[in-house]
Parts: sequence; structure tokens; C-alpha cells
Amino acid sequence: MKQVLEGNSAVAEAVRLARVQVISAYPITPQSHIVEVLSDYCATGKMDARYLRVESEHSCLASLVGAACGGVRTFTATSSAGLAYMHEMLHWTAGSRLPIVMAEVNRALGAPWNIWSDQTDSLSQRDTGWIQLYCEDGQEVFDTTLQAFRLAEWVNLPVMVVMEGFLLSHTYEPVDIPEQEEVDRFLPPYNPAFKVDTKNPFTVNSIAPPSIYMEIRHDNAVAMDQVPERFDDVEKEFEVLFNRRYGAVEAINCDDAEIILVTSGTITSTARLLLEDLRDRGEKVALLKMKMFRPFPVELVCRALKSAKKVAVIDRNFSSGAGGIFLQEVRAALCNRQDRPLVFGYVVGLGGRDVTKAVLEEIYKATKDGDVPSDKSVWIGLREVKHAIGR
Amino acid sequence: MRLDADEREFMCSGHAACPGCGAVIALRIFTKAMGENTILVIPASCTGVIVGVYPQSVMRIPVVHAPMPAGASVASGLRAALDMRGDTDTTVVAWAGDGGTFDIGFQALSGAVERNEDFIYVCYDNEAYMNTGIQCSSSTPYGAWTTTTPGQDWKRLRKKNIVEALVAHRIPYVATANIAFPEDLVRKVKKAKSIKGSKFLHIFASCPPGWRIPSEISVKTARMAVQANIFPLYEVEDGVRYTINYKGKQRPVQDYFEVQGRFSHLTAEDFEQIQKMVEEDWELLQRKAGDQAADACIQSSSAKRAIKPNKVF
Repeated sequence: MKQVLEGNSAVAEAVRLARVQVISAYPITPQSHIVEVLSDYCATGKMDARYLRVESEHSCLASLVGAACGGVRTFTATSSAGLAYMHEMLHWTAGSRLPIVMAEVNRALGAPWNIWSDQTDSLSQRDTGWIQLYCEDGQEVFDTTLQAFRLAEWVNLPVMVVMEGFLLSHTYEPVDIPEQEEVDRFLPPYNPAFKVDTKNPFTVNSIAPPSIYMEIRHDNAVAMDQVPERFDDVEKEFEVLFNRRYGAVEAINCDDAEIILVTSGTITSTARLLLEDLRDRGEKVALLKMKMFRPFPVELVCRALKSAKKVAVIDRNFSSGAGGIFLQEVRAALCNRQDRPLVFGYVVGLGGRDVTKAVLEEIYKATKDGDVPSDKSVWIGLREVKHAIGR
Repeated sequence: MRLDADEREFMCSGHAACPGCGAVIALRIFTKAMGENTILVIPASCTGVIVGVYPQSVMRIPVVHAPMPAGASVASGLRAALDMRGDTDTTVVAWAGDGGTFDIGFQALSGAVERNEDFIYVCYDNEAYMNTGIQCSSSTPYGAWTTTTPGQDWKRLRKKNIVEALVAHRIPYVATANIAFPEDLVRKVKKAKSIKGSKFLHIFASCPPGWRIPSEISVKTARMAVQANIFPLYEVEDGVRYTINYKGKQRPVQDYFEVQGRFSHLTAEDFEQIQKMVEEDWELLQRKAGDQAADACIQSSSAKRAIKPNKVF
């Protein structure tokens, strides 16, 4: 049934329907509505789950590690500084091969304080071993959250469902919410091969010396490498039941394009509108939406971009000293391919600044007119600042 | 002498501890008192190494290793999972050192006991970061040398009173214990196991390399800490009812300090000052316990009979 829901509520509905058993959370804007709804569901019996009201994000993820070792389905949500505070536990979760699902609501990192959308928080956790899936609208947020449990439990890796603060978290959209019986058909009860039990004593995560640590990490790599294929399987199952699918990447008109814009998250929706306008004007332009960031779907990206002359990667994030983070990954994916396109990079919308259709059109023009891409990302829409900036 | 504990051993031989390690004595007695329906959560600590390197383990009960700040939080989540599975027979235990309790693990511990999580949290206290090479922690006592309080820069700050910090959370049960008093330790473990909610056991566990003592006086040294009132044996129920469990043979603090190389730089004047500090603390504790009137006195005298130092350990 279609309901008009805030993005945060769409996540909470998916978590309820996934029959999560332990939820642990610490409040942070703009994520808090997710766990407020879930704590209400636990309190009123709408969910048969334990809600742990922890004192910090570090304890939040640590408690879920304990719960997942105990063999139950687990969930949390966080943003920005909260995610950064979890950093140690992010590595620990993936190293433990625990299928914890987290909603990560993108928010800029301080200093200075800023609560608005910016992907640098999640992208700076790219080496922690979590699967990362970026969402474009409320329906995708709901669907991806459900899919995340199926995927995580299939490959025994944690999944971060990433959505932009306010632009998705606080925006109301119609979302199709299926019945519990339908979701149960898609997502069977969690029954892990290993769970901590006094009747079958074993040790979890004892010291692994150099003679075995590499093999354990390689197992993580093998599991991660399967993810694009497994995600495709999950989406096929999902599509049969719910008639929707997204793809690890979505390539729109890429076959005949000279210039391809690469986007993620909500900027994609704006880019879709620009794409229609430019196509109407006869421009040979296309769009590649990145949903999956970890693992980085190299093969899918290279296939989508292979016929283009130029690629413009648009980043609402920034790694100081290296540029936009999607830009780095796209360049790295293409570097060993023959006849690769020129890759231009643009930084936009940091700290929640609007990324309008006009901004994207400026990027398109700059790419069309540019001969050689800059090594660095080009910053779009910088204002002239009159006060002194320290040098 | 026999302990009122499980005949079976839950800790096998072949562990990786140093000779005379107090932590191992504590863990062995503790697990015998707990029995098989126990899961240990061990944050980074000496014990994390002692219990075995992959693929070997010396423990016959499940062990979940955890990051250093996360003993109490991992234990909280594990308890929640067992509850959801309907397993009410198993006791979850967080087993942490003093660094993982007094310092980096304190926030998670405070949060977990504020929620009155149903677990036993054990801090085995050897009064420094021993696993990393004897660095000062907030449990390191006044007067001690460590590798980060070297030479004349020995620690001139008091040891954090972790027991009072836990008592301030008004949890159902907080107790101190000592490897030299195994009957008292066993009784407290069993009592903790029988109580719902958060239980905190602070076990004094000597460290021969860190304290600069020969391994054969490890237990004796731990016993002297109790006799000198440096580490009194007592328990606190519901944050208010204090019971002192040992009021036996008394010693001057100097006896305790003189056998340990970590205090070898201290002078007669230092001993005098420390003796005064210890007496102040002891009087304060007695006042808290003394307010409890008759029943506390009876309990403490019966406990005293039960915990005479013995020859087995």
C-alpha cells in the first residue's frame, strides 16, 4: 500500500518488516527520526525486538557486534560524527563477518559544525569492509534496506544503506509498503551457521598471527568480490515479488553518448531532468548512477563508460589533497582500459548547498568545452568571500 | 581445602601467561565458580592473549574477544541476543583489565550499568597497562613506577576509586575480591550470579613482571594489599548497603611496598604519607559500613571466618 512517508520513516518501516531482533542506537541529526520510530515500535509491541539505548555510537555498534555474535538480526542508524566515532567498530564488524545493517544518513563532518547533506562521512569509511549502497529517493531507501538484510546475510558482510540528510531523510514521498507476508517471502528468518552458544563453545576473534591473518582478510576480499553478482541475485528475487529493481549502477542512454555524467544519491534525480532537456536539444549526453560504491563495481562502470569520449564525475564529497572520492574510484577503474574516456571531476553541494539543474548544466558545458581534465576536482559554485582567509 | 565450586576446570593448561600471573588465578577460580553456562567477553587485555592464539584456546566456555573500549557494550548486545533467543540460563560476563575498565572502557561500562544490563562485569586489576609493557593507568596507585611514570616522575596521583564510581550508579551489587582469598571470591561470584541486573566485581590480581616481584610471592603480595587496607575486601548492595569482609590481621603499608620493585624509590617519608592516605580511606569506608548497624557486622564477621588465607593457593 502506498503511504506518504518521510525518508527516515521508510527506513523504519523496512526494519520493522525485516523483523529485526536487536536495535541499538544513539541520537544524531538527521538520523534520529529513524530510531525514534523504532523505539516506539519496540515499546508498543509493534516489533518483537530489544532496543538498546546506548551512551555512544561506539557502544552502539559494539553492542550490535555482541548481538550478531549471538545469532540475531540487528540494525542501527547513524550520521556523520556518529559514524566517525564508530570507526574502530566498523572494521571490527566486517572483520567478524557479521551481517549488521546500518542506515547512514549523510551529513557533513565538523569542524565547523554543519548538519546538512555531504557524503564525505560515509565515503571516508570506504576501507572498513562494509558494503555501501547509495539511494536516490524514499522508495529506493525502503527497498534497499530490505535488500540489505538479504544481501548481508548471504555474504556475511555488513551493509551500509546510505541516504542524504534532509534531502532524503526529511522529505516526504509516496512509498509503496508491502504486507508482512510478502516481505517474509523475500526475507527468511535469520539462522546463521555460527552463533555463540554455551552448548557448543568456541572462541570468536582470538589473536590471528601473521601466519593466518592474511588468509582471514583474503576471505573478506573473496566475499566482497561476490557482492555485485549476489546483489543482482537479490534484486532478481526482489523484482519477482515487488516489481522493482535498481542495479548496482544504472546506465541511462550510455550506449551512444559522447559525454556521460556520473552521479550518486539525490543529485541523480536532478541530473535525470537535465538529461531530458539536453537530449531534446540534440546533445549526446548520458547518465551513470552509482548505487553501489563498495565493492566498487569496476566491470559495470567500465562497460557503461566505454563508448564515451568524456566523463564528468560529480561529487558531493571531498577528500582533501585527492579530490572527489567517486572521481578517484572512476579514474582508478578506467586506468587500465584501452580507449578510455577523459575523466573530469567536479565538487558540488558540500555541507548541504543546493545542487540545481543549472549547476549540473554548468558542469556539462565545462566538460563539453574542456580539452584536458584537471588532475584535481573543479569546485563549482564557490562564492567570493570578502573576509580574510588564513594562508 | 576445597572450594565450593565446580570440580571441573574451564581453563586448561597451556595458557600464555607469565609465571605467577594473578589474572590467571582469578580467571580459573572465577570460571569454576560460574560453571559451564557462561560466556566471556574479553576486551583487549593480557587475558585476551593468555586465553590462546588462533587456532587454540584454553577456555572450555565460549569466548568473544572485543575491542578495548567495548567490553561492557559487546556484553550488553550479547545479553540482548540471548534474551531474544529465550536463553535465560546463560550468564554473560565481561572480563576486562584495569585499563579497559578504569580508562578506555569506562564510558561503555557506565552506560551499560546505567541501563542495569543483566551481566557480571569483572575488572581484574593489576594496576597498569601490563600487556603493552607496564604503562600507567588511572588504576596505578600513588607511589608506583611504571614505564610512563619513570624515575623520579613516579605517580603522585591517587588511584581512581572505581568501586565508588560503580556504587554511584546504584547497581544491585558491587564487590572487591582478591586472588589470595579464593573462598571469598567464590562466594561473591555465586552471589553476583544469583542477582538480576548489573554486577561489578573488582578482583585484585598481582603481576610479577609489572610489580617487579618474584613470581612465587605473587599471591602473598596480593594478600598483603588486603592486610594493609590498601585493597579492602568489601561489598555494596544497591549502592547503599556496605559490608566489609576482612578485618583480620593488619599490616603497615610499608610491608606491602617493600617487597615490590615498583615502589623501591619510595622513602620513609613517602611511606608515612601513604600510610596516612590509606588510613583516611579505610576510615571513610568503615564509616560507610558502620552506618549499616547490626546485620552488616554479623555478615562481615561470618565472612571473616570463611576467608582465612589458605595454603592451596
